[in-house]
Amino acid sequence: MNSRPWVLGIIGLLLLAFPFLVPSDYYRHILIISLMWVVIGSSWNLLAGYTGQVSFGHAVFFGTGAYTAGLCVTKLGISAWWGLVLGGPVALLVGLVIGWICFRLRGPYFALATIAVGEIFRLVAIAWRDFTEGMEGILIIQTNRSKVPYYYLALLLAAGCILAIHLVMRSKWGYYFVAIREDQDVAEAIGISTFRYKSLSLMISSFFTGVAGAFYMNYMAFIDPHVVFSLHDVSIMAILVGIIGGVGTLWGPPLGALVMVWLQETFRSSFFGLLPRWVSEAHVLVFGLLVIFVIRYLANGIVGDWAHIKQLIFRSKAASFSTGGDRS
Amino acid sequence: MEMFIQTLVSGILIGGIYALIGIGMTLIMGVMKIINLAHGQLMMVAMYITFVCHQYLGLDPYFALFIAMPCLFVLGAAIQKYLLNPLLKVDSILPENQVLMTVGIGMVLTEVMRFIFHSDYRSIETGYSSTAFYLGGISFNLPMFVAFGIALLLTLGLFLFLLKTDVGKSVRATAQNMDAAMILGINAHWITILTYGLGSALVAAAGTLLLPIYYLFPDIGGPFTLKAFVITMLGGMGSTVGAIVGGVVLGVAESLGATYIAMSLKDAVAMVIFLLVLIFLPGGLKKLTKV
Repeated sequence: MNSRPWVLGIIGLLLLAFPFLVPSDYYRHILIISLMWVVIGSSWNLLAGYTGQVSFGHAVFFGTGAYTAGLCVTKLGISAWWGLVLGGPVALLVGLVIGWICFRLRGPYFALATIAVGEIFRLVAIAWRDFTEGMEGILIIQTNRSKVPYYYLALLLAAGCILAIHLVMRSKWGYYFVAIREDQDVAEAIGISTFRYKSLSLMISSFFTGVAGAFYMNYMAFIDPHVVFSLHDVSIMAILVGIIGGVGTLWGPPLGALVMVWLQETFRSSFFGLLPRWVSEAHVLVFGLLVIFVIRYLANGIVGDWAHIKQLIFRSKAASFSTGGDRS
Repeated sequence: MEMFIQTLVSGILIGGIYALIGIGMTLIMGVMKIINLAHGQLMMVAMYITFVCHQYLGLDPYFALFIAMPCLFVLGAAIQKYLLNPLLKVDSILPENQVLMTVGIGMVLTEVMRFIFHSDYRSIETGYSSTAFYLGGISFNLPMFVAFGIALLLTLGLFLFLLKTDVGKSVRATAQNMDAAMILGINAHWITILTYGLGSALVAAAGTLLLPIYYLFPDIGGPFTLKAFVITMLGGMGSTVGAIVGGVVLGVAESLGATYIAMSLKDAVAMVIFLLVLIFLPGGLKKLTKV
């Protein structure tokens, strides 16, 4: 998992102690959202980075999870916490159906089909007012006023997701996934059922994204179709988290999530009120510029191109240029 | 029955403009083999250029075609030269990074426009915005009719260019096989820049023609990018004839959907068509027409 386990241990301890070290609810909130994005980004990365199926529609799973939790309250009259249990499996089923349709297509066609699916879900969620409440959205009452329980729950989800992906990628499935990414025809030729393994990858990915969606519903207590089925704020954000951290690396998406959420907050609050207000309007612009910059100069993300970055910063000839990160 | 014909007519008229959007996208897709996810955003930029021309210089939107199209040609060519072509040399895990780059470009274009013009809805007032004429009980919206005519002229012009001129033939050769075209002495690098410029100029024309009948705000780009895909997929990647048919089909399907199903599901109709085509007719109409 990491060549230096003690680094991981220290980071883990710091994360566990965080709510006590920093009593500010604002910073807790930022970290909770970051951890949620760790889950979404990592699961996007399992499908796109490891299996090579670039999805532009992860908002479908996120939204499905969130709506499962919301509908538990409005339709079934049970607590939204049941969504945390049900959200994953429901998103997984949706993923299964979407995979059945979209995995006939490859590469850019697959990406396009996932955009279409995402838009269909959003539009249906808006139009089907009897079931989803349409644009009014679903409002529930938060069970906890303190952010600490949510923080630990998010931390648990993020750790569970990273561990699960690590274990999957170390198993036989992981090697099959990478084989499919590298060359689908060759993978098929050596006897890997590409359809089955692509579906498995999508199922794991959609499960965790659905759980993150259910968590979002519980934590934010309000959803509407434009928030949870958003192409830009969820699907594209998931991609950004993945590519900025590093596609096809275990620690890339978690790093990407921290960077993205932190950047988003910094700009949204105009550098914590230090700069004039117009800066806050520029946060999406900065995202866009960041994407262009990262793709142009750091094609494999911060983690993937770490050796390259180190060389640029320290000018050390010793750092190897060619490969970086664990791109297993 | 009359309502049906009326729906059909307005669908075909808007379809002409959609075709123009689709042709630009299909040209880019044919030559570069990438999906241009900034297509609708380029159109939005052209719409703002037309808006400024009309509002501050008092130019007629149709005259602004002569300003918006060259501007977007230059913008598109610059994007291709400085942002997309350099990526061919970069080695990365995901082959889709040119597509992701266009996502970034689209975001930047939208946000820059939001920065300048804010998120307000805008529209332009012309003397003919709501004029219509009647033909046997069916009303034709005048600006839509003019837009359809201009779209038709531009498409014809493009066909002449692609079929009759040397540069146009080079574009087609590059689309068929880039390596072979390079061996034959075609500067494929330059052709990609030209093609992206042309595609942007065509979508600029569509935006300018749409402005008198539509409203304008920075986020308008996204939905039109999606429409452009649907048209391109429907027509078959890289097929210009297919894009025209695809545009008209989409226009008709949308207006039928809006009339007979529900106004709010108008955009979903396009997406459903898109999925159906991807599943049952993966090559698009190109498979049927062979052009």
